[in-house]
Amino acid sequence: MALHQLWFGILAVLFLGFLILEGFDFGVGMLMEPLARLGGGDPEPRRRAVLNTIGPVWDGNEVWLLTAGGAMFAAFPGMYATVFSTLYLPLLAILFGMIVRAVAIEWRGKIDDPKWRRWADLAIAIGSWLPAVLWGVAFAILVRGLPVDARHQVDLSITDVLNPYTLLGGLATCGLFLLYGAIFVALKTSGPVHDDALRVAVWLALPVTVLVAAFGIWTQISHGKTWTWLVLAAAVVAQLAAVALVYSRKHEGWAFLCTALVVTAVVVLLFGALYPDLVPSTLDPQWSLTIDNASSSAYTLKIMTWAAGIFAPLVILYQAWTYWVFRQRISADQIPPFVAYI
Amino acid sequence: MDVVDVSRWQFGITTVYHFIFVPLTIGLAPLIAVMQTVWVVTDNVAWYRLTKFFGKLFLINFALGVATGIVQEFQFGMNWSEYSRFVGDVFGAPLAMEGLAAFFFESTFLGLWIFGWSRLPRRIHLACIWIVAIAVNLSAFFIISANSFMQHPVGAHYNPTTKRAELHSILTLFTNNTGLAAFGHTVAGSLLTGGTFVAAVSAWWMVRSHNRPGDGDVRSMYRPATILGCWVALAATFALFFSGDAQGKLMFHQQPMKMASAESLCDTQTDPQFSILTVGRQNNCDGLTRVIEVPFVLPFLAKGRFNDVTLQGVRDIQRDDQERFGPGDYRPNLFVTYWSFRAMIGFLLIPVLFALAALWLSRGGRVPDQRWFSRAALLTIPTPFLANSAGWVFTEMGRQPWIVAPNPTGDPNVHLVVADGVSHHAPVMVVISLVTFTLIYAVLAVIWFWLLKRYVAEGPLEHDAEPAPPAPPGADDVAPLSFAY
Repeated sequence: MALHQLWFGILAVLFLGFLILEGFDFGVGMLMEPLARLGGGDPEPRRRAVLNTIGPVWDGNEVWLLTAGGAMFAAFPGMYATVFSTLYLPLLAILFGMIVRAVAIEWRGKIDDPKWRRWADLAIAIGSWLPAVLWGVAFAILVRGLPVDARHQVDLSITDVLNPYTLLGGLATCGLFLLYGAIFVALKTSGPVHDDALRVAVWLALPVTVLVAAFGIWTQISHGKTWTWLVLAAAVVAQLAAVALVYSRKHEGWAFLCTALVVTAVVVLLFGALYPDLVPSTLDPQWSLTIDNASSSAYTLKIMTWAAGIFAPLVILYQAWTYWVFRQRISADQIPPFVAYI
Repeated sequence: MDVVDVSRWQFGITTVYHFIFVPLTIGLAPLIAVMQTVWVVTDNVAWYRLTKFFGKLFLINFALGVATGIVQEFQFGMNWSEYSRFVGDVFGAPLAMEGLAAFFFESTFLGLWIFGWSRLPRRIHLACIWIVAIAVNLSAFFIISANSFMQHPVGAHYNPTTKRAELHSILTLFTNNTGLAAFGHTVAGSLLTGGTFVAAVSAWWMVRSHNRPGDGDVRSMYRPATILGCWVALAATFALFFSGDAQGKLMFHQQPMKMASAESLCDTQTDPQFSILTVGRQNNCDGLTRVIEVPFVLPFLAKGRFNDVTLQGVRDIQRDDQERFGPGDYRPNLFVTYWSFRAMIGFLLIPVLFALAALWLSRGGRVPDQRWFSRAALLTIPTPFLANSAGWVFTEMGRQPWIVAPNPTGDPNVHLVVADGVSHHAPVMVVISLVTFTLIYAVLAVIWFWLLKRYVAEGPLEHDAEPAPPAPPGADDVAPLSFAY
């Protein structure tokens, strides 16, 4: 296998790492307020119990995105330049969402005032809903293709960005991350929050299945390869298994694993549909950015392969250890009253 | 409006803003690691309390550094896509490695440190903050290696087929002399920032507690922390002096226009004088009056000797550059380069004076109680930040009009002007993003300042008077968390 093919795979793995980890972070952020309001009593400890399921790990999860961006720059500079300059406004919205979410999570507990916390919660919600929708839209735009001309410049029209397919993509990822987040909260909490998270997962399970299946089938029929039928099939099986497990209201660990498999299958399907293009041209397939004409030199790819080969396994190892350290479930009763400690 | 100007403003604002927080992160992390180490080794609770106190301030600051850092990873592609195409083969590698080898470590282990106080064994918990401290410094190395390629491109050649710079030696890129000097200088500047911060905050508390009878924390906590911060700041100044000197000598050779501009040296001269004050009616070489000048300094800065040094002036370099690269204006903004260079040095003097004063007043077991001293401490805190910003404004504005400055001894085709690196956006779109960034960043800066002020004034918490005992096994399901957002 040539290095630029390998790097297409590594890029897919980095985005997969990002979506599989931040996917439930976004879900947790989106569900923080609904889950706090579902039960009776004071919503504040419940809200914080939900938020703290991702407390020690969300920042490390986000680095997968930064690394995916850096890797795209290093391995496929042509793609990095074209995609990020063309999708300027959607990306800007994602960045704003992620900026306000990051500071809101860290600063939320630093001022003991309900009004301040409402602002922080709003920022966390915006910073979770926006990227959850927009990453789906962005990947759908990419798979559908952009009007790339012979000079690799793009003259974008609004229908390239907003059309039924890309909107469905946004709804699908948003729905999937909601379900994924609900199952994650159920897995990481005990007591009433746990029961309510499972309830939400039950409500979400079927509608989300419909959305994800519709997006998957559309992607497969319009842009898929023969072998990606298998990936789509795997996605459907895993999704149905997740639904069944959620309905059983037990085994949330297995349900979480199945949903993670769905996320994986969706990412593989999207990147499989793209390959060997990086940005398909809707004007003329000859003008598409591909792994051949938009990649870095063999030397740079070789260096980057060494760097990724050494550090990526290490990252997976210590991040896994972090999840092990913080494996215990938390309940609203365990949330300390005063918040400005470290 | 010109898309180049708006894009430059946006990059300048977002990057200078990002680098307000980063030096404090880089400089404070090792200091907190040292504090925690002293506690773990000596079991002296005062150092535990200091760790918690400065740890909290560190986290408030870290959050904004991370949040604004996300933009940095993407805006090359967003606003400088032609630049990204030209240098991606070289520039992308250190950025990706920064993620793999530094960001992952710092974020993951910081999470472990924040939430792991009673969950991890004491020494493993200590290792976490050391990993954070090393990783934040490592990230500086990677990003400065990338930046130094823009100042002085090495390790790459121009490929006429792909029309871009391509890497041929990562080792050469990482051992770029410009990069190593800049890395040393940046880390030293960060340690100055962190050391001054610890010294000034502790000094302010020292005076404050001294005037409060019955407070036993003065001698055990604030005085040692002040002295630690002062020595770190002074050592950092020493390192700043040497690394800056090395950078200057390289720059006279590698980017002569930048240094000539910084000295407002318009014509080539032998043994020119160092200018302390220059006034001009226009922002160029015409109508410039050099008011105060000192001999010997400039030759020493350039070559390490006091006379017999000929330095090229802006006018001559401009003529040479036009011959080499075609018609164009190759002069950076004279006013900005001249004054940012002097501002950097000027702002550096204030923390140095403060550190010397603090050490003098605390000598031989003394505890200062002068009000003016505690007020001076607070006023000193912003000065290293201003010096950091001035230094980067000088480096980057002095690089103009180049986005990749030509290397006089390297591949003659590896260079690019800023105007050729920009994305061809409609200016109005960049104006929208520029305004939005500026507004959000302004709000966040106000909150950041307010939170730091509040938690400095609040001081070490009663809650942290004693380290919490490690949770007994089996208590996990019911025991309150040691920390929660």
